[in-house]
Amino acid sequence: MAPVDKSKVPWWVSNLIVPLVNLTLALLVSGLFIFIAGENPYQAVRLIIYGSFGYIEGFAYTLYYTTNFIFTGLAFAVAFHCRLFNIGGEGQAYIGGLGVFLVAVNFSFLPVPMVWLLSIAGAMVFGAAWAFIPAYLQATRGSHVVITTIMFNFIAASLMVFLLVDVIRDTAQMGPHTVALPKEQWFPSFKDFAALFGIKIRYSPLNISFLLAIAASFFVWFLVWKTRWGYEMRAVGHNTQAAIYAGISPYKNIIIAMCISGGLAGLLGVNEILGVHHKIVAGFPAGYGFTGIAVALMGRNHPIGIFPAAFLFGILYQGGSEVTFDMPNITRYMFVAVQGVIILFSGALENLFRPQIESFFVNRLNIKASA
Amino acid sequence: MVSPILELENINKSFGHVHANKNINLKINKGTIHGIIGENGAGKSTLMSIVFGLYQANSGKIKINGKEINLRSPKDSIINGIGMVHQHFMLVENFTVLENIILGFEGELVFGKNLEKAKKDLKNLCETYKLNIDLNSTISDLSVGFRQRVEILKSLYRGAEILILDEPTGVLTPQEVDELFKILRSLKEEGKTIVLITHKLIEIMDLTNEVSVMRQGEMVGHTKTENTNKEQLAEMMVGRSVLLRLDKNDSKTGDVLFKVEDLSVKDDLQVIRVKNVNLEIREGEILGLAGVTGNGQTELLEALSGIRKVESGEIFLDGNKVSDNQNFLDPRELKEKGLAHVPEDRQRMGLVTDFKAYENLIFGYHDQQPFSKSSILKHRDIITHSKKIMEEYDVRPQSPNLITSNFSGGNQQKIILSRELNENPKVLLVGQPTRGVDIGAIEFIHQRLIEMRDRGAAILLVSVELDEILSLSDRIVVMFDGKIVGERENKNVTDRELGLLMAGVV
Repeated sequence: MAPVDKSKVPWWVSNLIVPLVNLTLALLVSGLFIFIAGENPYQAVRLIIYGSFGYIEGFAYTLYYTTNFIFTGLAFAVAFHCRLFNIGGEGQAYIGGLGVFLVAVNFSFLPVPMVWLLSIAGAMVFGAAWAFIPAYLQATRGSHVVITTIMFNFIAASLMVFLLVDVIRDTAQMGPHTVALPKEQWFPSFKDFAALFGIKIRYSPLNISFLLAIAASFFVWFLVWKTRWGYEMRAVGHNTQAAIYAGISPYKNIIIAMCISGGLAGLLGVNEILGVHHKIVAGFPAGYGFTGIAVALMGRNHPIGIFPAAFLFGILYQGGSEVTFDMPNITRYMFVAVQGVIILFSGALENLFRPQIESFFVNRLNIKASA
Repeated sequence: MVSPILELENINKSFGHVHANKNINLKINKGTIHGIIGENGAGKSTLMSIVFGLYQANSGKIKINGKEINLRSPKDSIINGIGMVHQHFMLVENFTVLENIILGFEGELVFGKNLEKAKKDLKNLCETYKLNIDLNSTISDLSVGFRQRVEILKSLYRGAEILILDEPTGVLTPQEVDELFKILRSLKEEGKTIVLITHKLIEIMDLTNEVSVMRQGEMVGHTKTENTNKEQLAEMMVGRSVLLRLDKNDSKTGDVLFKVEDLSVKDDLQVIRVKNVNLEIREGEILGLAGVTGNGQTELLEALSGIRKVESGEIFLDGNKVSDNQNFLDPRELKEKGLAHVPEDRQRMGLVTDFKAYENLIFGYHDQQPFSKSSILKHRDIITHSKKIMEEYDVRPQSPNLITSNFSGGNQQKIILSRELNENPKVLLVGQPTRGVDIGAIEFIHQRLIEMRDRGAAILLVSVELDEILSLSDRIVVMFDGKIVGERENKNVTDRELGLLMAGVV
């Protein structure tokens, strides 16, 4: 088959139709899994949709997961524009959470909004600091960030367990977690908002961090495409030689990109600490850092793509847990497999049907244009 | 009458909207060297890829010795006696010559009888065509010229009667070109047919018996080489008359703007590649630096533009020292001081090919007014600037939002040139400005460089094309093995003399 002239392919074909086709295929294959497991795929889909959209608390849960995936997805995307494969979002988020807690505890004499702003800053600084070490090693010693960041995930986990057991543990309790923050510092939750309008709903973890995630998306878009920093990061990522020729320092940009990436991952700590747990609990990043990689790849590393991708994974998380309640043959791990299939089709096999789809539409449009 | 060995009838080939070959008819006679000439993108390589079975034509017939054949893959072509030597060699670097040639045709599980036979056959071929190849040497130890011979030997061993060579001289030194031409002539004498794809007119005139000219996917003419001349062929290629010799006045030189004293530079492997080089370029002067690729020009250019560290020696710009082995200005600081650089390899260094055109048009100047203010890029001003500059330098298509890799080589080069020349630099370093660029654009680029010179810029032109050096430079220095081995005024030098200097003979 002749290659299609890329410049002739309309943007909506390559950016909307192709991902949708891939997603549909992934869902069909996932349906097959569910069928083999002995359940009705159609019923499973209904449960997923009901669980994630069907009632207000369910929908709130979906958006809560979406919030986390936006943070970690954006984090991965920023580093990726500098061609750095930051898979350390998990550890950076964990340490970011430490930043949130330490700031909130130590600055509790300040007015609450100030504490919030400082905590957000604390999350970013701690997350960035955790990303800085691998970045520095990559920039100066060429130690590959894939290796160092994954090791830093383990180091972060061990460090936090040490802190939670021996240093900052709530001594009145047995579990590895800190004391709770004072109630006035808690982020307003969706439940509180609903109550303002006289709507009574049950608990859900959704809180105003969701708005922070939207703001972070705008920030990333602006940073990457509208500022000199983003321009230089992308130049280093696409062609390091050319960047050096143009007087752009790869060293500086590797560090900047990784620190911004780590800072964004750290924001997950804001959602989890200020919004949900109100204290540090062991293992709170719970794999969001890794799923963020898939979210970013599926969203083509653009905030506009990351949002729907994060939302989709939010649906899968929330709807999936609903399915596992109702269908005894479907375990939690089944949905890890479903995620895997989605990543496979929209990541690794992204170009499987692209040429056919693109040439189909290009030919269609040609016929229309000449008719 | 004997039917031609290869005949094409009404070949058509489209890629999407692009009609790469339109109703091509071509007859190639046995025992001749047939040149196919045309600008980049004229459809030469597409046509030959169809003949070699890499692409399938949308319509049309291919006949060999008058018999129609169907070529579905290179394998079919090889069976029908067609061989092709590609621009980029298809050899396994860590295999020996012999291993490369029998690859895919081993014919036995454990090497033995067949291998011995192959060795004998290959030795005979080498002798017949004076290829002078040692079958046991490893490819990675061989020079480019020898690798090409291995490719030729490979095709012959597989029974090629028609040998297609795609731009074979692009990577060779003048001396290697002479050797290649000798081999091709002896092949012709032995009755083989050769198809030579090139955009170099001089090769056509030197070597071929017949020539076909392509332009924009069409065959625009066939002629016997003896009945034509370079000017006529160039006109057919471009579709209008072309100035092969540049009109230029004598230079009016002023003060020394750029000076290099006793400069030595190491490459990435810590080998000294530039050895005690001294250069002086005056205001309003083009200094041509000739030399065979790999004699230190790349490292010299990188050191002068601040990309590579200076090992010893000093560089002066406009009377001020800018670099020695202690302190050196980085490329950005040098740009601010009025030094612009068009790098040798545009895709590796001069451009980010995944960027949009407008992003490349400000590349390296993106932090300056009016393109950015307090670190925020001013999109509207950048687009306005890009449109203006693309029109001025005739970059086609004139769309700043198009991804750079979608532009042709010549237009990519124009993007770099327009960016660097637009700043009106005092000193301009230019590496291989017309490599892989078609004739129309070459003319344009050369005129721009002369204009810059006349405006008082000091220009260092590094090129492996002797013609280019001779037609542009006021003064010429030759680099060999990292040293400047000769300096000549352009008026009283011949290309023979330069060729000997380049080969390090004198």
